[in-house]
Amino acid sequence: MTDMASLMEDRAAAKVISDNLHKPVDWDSPKIARNIKKRYAAERRFKFYGLSAIGIALLALFVLAGSIGSKGYSAFFQTYVQLEVTFDAAEIDPDGTGDPAVIGKANFDGLIKQALRDRFPEVTSRQAKRDLYGIVSGGASYDLRERVMENPGLIGQTRKVWLISGDDFDMLNKGYISADVDEGSRRLNDEEIAWYDSLKSDGAVEKHFHTRFFTNGDSREPELAGIWGAAVGSLYTLMVTLALSFPIGVFAAVYLEEFAPKNRFTTIVEVNINNLAAVPSIVFGLLGLEVYLNVMHLPRSAPVVGGLTLALMTLPTIIIASRAAIKAVPPSIRQAALGLGASPVQTVTHHVLPLAMPGILTGTIIGMAQALGETAPLLMIGMVAFIVDIPGGALDPATVLPVQIYLWADSPERAFVEKTSAAIMVLLAFLVLMNGFAVYLRKKFERKW
Amino acid sequence: MAAVSQSAMTAQPSVASPKMTARDLNLSYGDNQALFDVNLDIVERQVTALIGPSGCGKSTFLRCMNRMNDTIDGVTIKGEVTLDGRDIYDKRIDVVQLRARIGMVFQKPNPFPKTIYDNVAYGPRIHGLVNSRDELDQIVMTSLERAGLLKEVKDRLQSPATGLSGGQQQRLCIARAVAVSPEVILMDEPCSALDPIATAKVEELIDELRSNYTIVIVTHSMQQAARVSQRTAFFHLGKLVEVGETDQIFTNPKDERTKGYITGRFG
Repeated sequence: MTDMASLMEDRAAAKVISDNLHKPVDWDSPKIARNIKKRYAAERRFKFYGLSAIGIALLALFVLAGSIGSKGYSAFFQTYVQLEVTFDAAEIDPDGTGDPAVIGKANFDGLIKQALRDRFPEVTSRQAKRDLYGIVSGGASYDLRERVMENPGLIGQTRKVWLISGDDFDMLNKGYISADVDEGSRRLNDEEIAWYDSLKSDGAVEKHFHTRFFTNGDSREPELAGIWGAAVGSLYTLMVTLALSFPIGVFAAVYLEEFAPKNRFTTIVEVNINNLAAVPSIVFGLLGLEVYLNVMHLPRSAPVVGGLTLALMTLPTIIIASRAAIKAVPPSIRQAALGLGASPVQTVTHHVLPLAMPGILTGTIIGMAQALGETAPLLMIGMVAFIVDIPGGALDPATVLPVQIYLWADSPERAFVEKTSAAIMVLLAFLVLMNGFAVYLRKKFERKW
Repeated sequence: MAAVSQSAMTAQPSVASPKMTARDLNLSYGDNQALFDVNLDIVERQVTALIGPSGCGKSTFLRCMNRMNDTIDGVTIKGEVTLDGRDIYDKRIDVVQLRARIGMVFQKPNPFPKTIYDNVAYGPRIHGLVNSRDELDQIVMTSLERAGLLKEVKDRLQSPATGLSGGQQQRLCIARAVAVSPEVILMDEPCSALDPIATAKVEELIDELRSNYTIVIVTHSMQQAARVSQRTAFFHLGKLVEVGETDQIFTNPKDERTKGYITGRFG
């Protein structure tokens, strides 16, 4: 009976609602019109907010890329000076042996200085001569030697040769040093500028593409400094990081996601992994310093230590991304495999991991890109050293791209400013490349179900 | 009511040599008990239908029969389930091998995102059932044939299984289960995601498979149970209310609740 009563009540309530529903609506009333107007305004506002957000982001990107590009592009070119060099047989190979060992030891620097003195015979004072020699870089003699070693027929001849210029001269040619500034407050005196003008009017000053920048290691001379040493250091460091953090990260993620019982312990592990992702990287650097250098006595400044340290930092990123990717694999696939009699490990290796791979790889590459751009922890383990040689392995002292940027940004020479921007461009290019690779992998392994 | 239920339980026809049995099976998810003292015999080479309203425990019971509930955290199972007289919850039983002997087809078609061939070949491969590529080809073809799918897919065995229609996918899943030569096939609402034509095909297939396999099917459709099964078990609120020949259950149910359910008064 009570059922009946409540049913009647329900019916009555339903009638009220339906009566209201059947009251005709005046769609042309001013209230409705106002409502519509408000809705359109809200939509326009929302669109405007979205567009301005994108606009601001694009503007920031444009300013960043523009300022780096405009400062850095000139570093890809280098000023060369053309001089008439006499390959004096008496200087290079007095006995006419033709022995490369003898030729290699010759004083090519002297030849260049002689060529400069010949070009500007009016220069006599010691101080002025020293300034004069600054037109050509100290590294030019190595070029000259190489040239003669390759072609011993040059000995005894006089040839016009393009020689790499010194950094101040390069800056002047690129317009970074202005002749209008008072002589006392610029790097080059009036005499030097006069030499430049003289050479320039002879057509003996040119800018060439600066291959050295991509093939050399670091140097105290800006015109000789290159990015290759740091790039190779970064490569070794990242290889160590990847070799460590990828397998550990994936195994940890698979275990936590597929096998670990859900209890207090795994919850604590989970919370800690998420916390680790937010720990400032300098802390990992201190840990690396203490554990790898002080306790394990691994070589200082070596990519292997840098890689180990960055692996600690990358692990949480990879674990979190991998867990998300594994979680996204539909449970029906696991059930299908288990239902066919696949063991849990077979289920994971045959089905779950292949399906989660695009996500795992994306996460890994993002982690690697993060590691590539990391500076602070590497300062702690000594990768900030000035290293001229290109590292030959993960145990050699090395530096990495972001640290190289930091070192150059810290150098007093004017010419390092453009090098810094150019190095940033190289680093950004690597990052774009890696992220592009991540997108490619995602597309390649993406499967639908 | 209780008396009627009791009589239904005792009236359960004891089968001479059941393929599988459940004795006093109790199951709880944490504190929620889902099955209460279920006793049921499964007859060899027959289709047994499990019917009942949503949440009555029929799918849970089905998943007990090949230990798929093991994969869920916090499940406790008491009682005994046997296959050919051996307790499948015995510690000495290898779960992997057990699931090869008791295949399963799920509610939603779940082919692996691989080729049609690889889907069917997966089971034989992991269990090492074949020695040569020819043998494997043979098994794949036979399984697809048994699942009535061979004609439709024989020209595109190397194309992805996910490109098939829903009904074809479900028959592929049946072929995949058949490929490991199971003795029992468990089907959990295999037609609930299919259209009527695909459903008819799967039902036809189930009827054919009966000559070689013992089949247990969970279904929401009374008509389906009536069409494909020889025995029907009615579950309600985690208890087995009544089990018997399908004809008897649908024409002359002994329990009031069974009667109410099959005539559509609740559920």
